Amino acid sequence: MIDPVTVWTVIIVLGLGTFLIRFSFLGLIGDRDLPDWALRLLRYVPVAVMPGLVAPLVVWPEATGGSPDAARIGAALAAFAIGAATRNTLGAILGGMAALYLLLWVT
Amino acid sequence: MSGPSTRTWYWQGVRDGLPFTLVVTPFALLFGVVATEAGLDIASTMGMTILVIAGAAQFTALALMEEQAPTFVVLLTALAVNLRMALYSASMSTHLRGAPVWQKAIAAYFLVDQSYAAAALKYEREPGASVSAKLGYFFGVMTPVAPLWYGFTLVGAVAGSAIPPEYALDFAIPITFIALVAPSLRSLPHLVAATVSVVLALALVWVPYSLGLIAAAIVAMAAGAATEIALERRRAPA
Repeated sequence: MIDPVTVWTVIIVLGLGTFLIRFSFLGLIGDRDLPDWALRLLRYVPVAVMPGLVAPLVVWPEATGGSPDAARIGAALAAFAIGAATRNTLGAILGGMAALYLLLWVT
Repeated sequence: MSGPSTRTWYWQGVRDGLPFTLVVTPFALLFGVVATEAGLDIASTMGMTILVIAGAAQFTALALMEEQAPTFVVLLTALAVNLRMALYSASMSTHLRGAPVWQKAIAAYFLVDQSYAAAALKYEREPGASVSAKLGYFFGVMTPVAPLWYGFTLVGAVAGSAIPPEYALDFAIPITFIALVAPSLRSLPHLVAATVSVVLALALVWVPYSLGLIAAAIVAMAAGAATEIALERRRAPA
């Protein structure tokens, strides 16, 4: 269980912060452009944040008490392979979950 | 605001928004389910989906709150995931110059991956259109997308509490993230950034307050940008 004060703090600040990011150039900053170095770094934010967030969840999943689990690692690899090969996010999610259930059932 | 061309552009937007509902619907369902599994009640699940309206950042915040990360780390990481939207905002500002601020504010609220992708392509093809036609198209795209995003989050949240743990939905978050990122690993700099991020995040997992992830992300961004610069130098020697 997550404490409700924490949840609502996250919701409100994240909501406001996300809006300000989206409104930044449209409304607040005006017509100035971002410098090239900033644009270059911003391009890599998603691929720099998400893999690092996921890696520990895959290697040391909470559902198994933190010990590596063949089914979950296999499912992660399946989702990655499908996503990289087909560039289809939805297909990768469905394929990854299918692999997870198959591997949980086999092991 | 009116005029036949704005109306035409609006309906073109609706039509171009329809395919996105195929992606948005299961995503919304999944978020509703995973959020209630993590212990959020229906009010906070819906509050997050309506106020934040950014799937990947919502999943990020959820994953970190489940790990009991400090609130500032949750916010910092989830906002970092949304930083790409500053680029969308910059790109849209060149097209929507001159629109009233309140219309820009509503557009900013709805500036998500789908509306940006559709609008950026459309504006590039027809740069001469009026600002009101362009805004009409933008809101047209979101007309089928936004209600489905809210509605299916609610369906997921209601259904989620009835799903037993044998379905291993704890792993839906990691799989969703992998599925989101894998298609974008299309160049060497992206691959380098992702690899650095994984290796450092695993190596720094002992660092308190999930700050290891922040450090891993910053180094990974720099590694991606540095690889890009190195590749450009090799292609065009100065």
